[in-house]
Amino acid sequence: MKFKVRGIDTFASTGGRPFDKNKPLIIFVHGSGLSHMVWVLQTRYFAFRGYSVLAVDLPGHGLSSGESLKTIEEMGNWVGDVIGAVGCKEASLVGHSQGCLVTMECVAQHPEKIKTLTLMGGASAIPMNPELLKLAEESNPKAVDLMMDFAHGPAGHFGGHPVPGLYHLNVGSMIVQNKEIKDTLGVDFRACDNYKNGPEVAKKLDLPTLSILGAQDRMCRLKDGKILADYIKGSEVKIIEDCGHMMLLEEADQTLEILKKFIAEHYPLPS
Amino acid sequence: MDPKTYKFDTLSLHAGYQPSKNAGSRQVPIYQTTSYMFDDVDHAAALFNLERGGHIYSRMSNPTVQVLEERVCALEGGTAALATASGMSAIFLTIMTLCNAGDHMVVSSQLYGGTVNLFRLTLPKFGIKTTFVKPRDTEGFKKAIQPNTKGIFGELVGNPGNELMNMPEVSNIAKEAGIPLIIDSTYQTPYLCRPFEHGADLVVHSLTKWMSGNGSSMAGILVEGGTFDWMQNDKFPTMTEPYEGYHGLSFAEEFGPTAFTMMARAEGMRDMGPCLAPQNAWNILHGLETLSLRMEKHCSNALKMVEYLSNHESVAWVSHASAPGHPDKELAEKILPKGTGSMIAFGIKGGKEAGAAFINNVKLASHLANVGDARTLVIHPASATHSQMDEATLKFAGLSHDMIRLSVGLEDFEDIVNDFEDGFRAAKKPRLVANK
Repeated sequence: MKFKVRGIDTFASTGGRPFDKNKPLIIFVHGSGLSHMVWVLQTRYFAFRGYSVLAVDLPGHGLSSGESLKTIEEMGNWVGDVIGAVGCKEASLVGHSQGCLVTMECVAQHPEKIKTLTLMGGASAIPMNPELLKLAEESNPKAVDLMMDFAHGPAGHFGGHPVPGLYHLNVGSMIVQNKEIKDTLGVDFRACDNYKNGPEVAKKLDLPTLSILGAQDRMCRLKDGKILADYIKGSEVKIIEDCGHMMLLEEADQTLEILKKFIAEHYPLPS
Repeated sequence: MDPKTYKFDTLSLHAGYQPSKNAGSRQVPIYQTTSYMFDDVDHAAALFNLERGGHIYSRMSNPTVQVLEERVCALEGGTAALATASGMSAIFLTIMTLCNAGDHMVVSSQLYGGTVNLFRLTLPKFGIKTTFVKPRDTEGFKKAIQPNTKGIFGELVGNPGNELMNMPEVSNIAKEAGIPLIIDSTYQTPYLCRPFEHGADLVVHSLTKWMSGNGSSMAGILVEGGTFDWMQNDKFPTMTEPYEGYHGLSFAEEFGPTAFTMMARAEGMRDMGPCLAPQNAWNILHGLETLSLRMEKHCSNALKMVEYLSNHESVAWVSHASAPGHPDKELAEKILPKGTGSMIAFGIKGGKEAGAAFINNVKLASHLANVGDARTLVIHPASATHSQMDEATLKFAGLSHDMIRLSVGLEDFEDIVNDFEDGFRAAKKPRLVANK
């Protein structure tokens, strides 16, 4: 659905169900250069099980208007504004990759609004390879190829998409190339590279938190994901074997099962 | 720093398959089953509602077929693919997903005869009309577009006359009109050309041909490039508006670069059901493993054959984009740098009677209605593959009565030539042959 956030047209997938502000809200936040489309194998499930779902397109991404936000702090604040913009008071957040930094910042800035936090493929800092950053800022398609290479685990490189007929690397590549690379991926990579508050923000989090990590993740390595989880008081950690950075697609079923249990325990539907 | 993603030859052997998820089986297993166990009621509901990926019923998807779909998708550089029972069903499924009653297509006139009949005779029964345009008439494609036109369709190298469609320029015309360009790339395979790199949005193949190479199995496939923005205009409401069949799902919104294939599978395979048998998918996978090697040999034999035929006293003309003086030679060098394929059309002196005598007297070359087999194949299109066309349609499609369609195989070139010499000798005295 389209709605306004700070006066700008914003798109979010509602998982195929009409949005209902009276249902518990889960907001999904995508990673660098991506869009709501990466969440389809998680969002539809919750949307048809009593939750309201918003897989947002960050400003300038996917089907949202405006320009990409330049810092993780701004993005985190923007996600907090989304909650009020759709008439809700609180939400659970799910972030992937850069979306982990964004959702952590959102919790830090709007602690009263956020009930649970799920971090997929996260780390407390995501410093960028300088060559990759330069390519993305120059809109060089090679940046997307490199990103797809790093983002998928060894198994994902062969294929085996959970949805019959889809091919991992090319789907991801086309989602990113839907927009001018420098305006989305380039801005996002720079924002990740500049963000240094991760450890301090993580240490202050005080809400039910789950980290889902890929054992073969080359974008945010397993050890970095574990370090982030160690910073967060009481964080649960689930590791998916033989999986890269794109666990939400590479191992969508396992990811969904882990998320279902966490949400059911910490953010249940009203009885 | 370069991406370490797998290259073409590696993908043709490995893409889409993980032995670790299949009991360690090195070869792709044949999942000869109709249906798949659900974990519980919730799991079943989630699968039926496209909330999660997986298999329900082999009419919709099958694990062996899925490997084939991903492999072809990877080779083409596409986002998603959907295998079908034949190349024709891939085309039908594509058009039925794209169009509604009252819609219109612009289509190259030089096509396989069955495809011509589909557009000319069958699709009008569903209220879908077509304007045919000669493949070299690039401006004609633009002029033929109407407000209700939903796409441009063509074979890159037309069957059987080997005229090329200027894919990059026609793609620009399609983009300007906000409609997709659909290319039947059967003749090329992704080894010779990846149409998405030249502006196509959807690609279809008959996998029965070179992709398989063994002439054992029928199969087709639709591949999506993920390049077309279905939401750019209001021409494609079934893609962009809530779809009643899946509780108001908007395919374009939810699935973006894979929306068309998702729609074709969810609606088309569900309702029409032209599914590919897993055994046939497995046979095609075997062929794909050697695609590069076979295409190289097909092309090298074809080049030698063009030279042989061009210098033969019994041959009136030769059409192959590598042939000297072919009007599309320059375009072919640009978009088909690895070779222009192994289909040759040639005219035999003496017309229809001589053609019949030639075909009746070759022994190594097989006279049959297929192309792209590892074996050399010949046919007289006007009396076979295109026989259901009237004279005017034959002429518009670029067919003449002296035309022989040749699909050059992988045999030793000298053996093919020796066989053809027998055919040409008989063609010089067709009456004697006919009286035998």
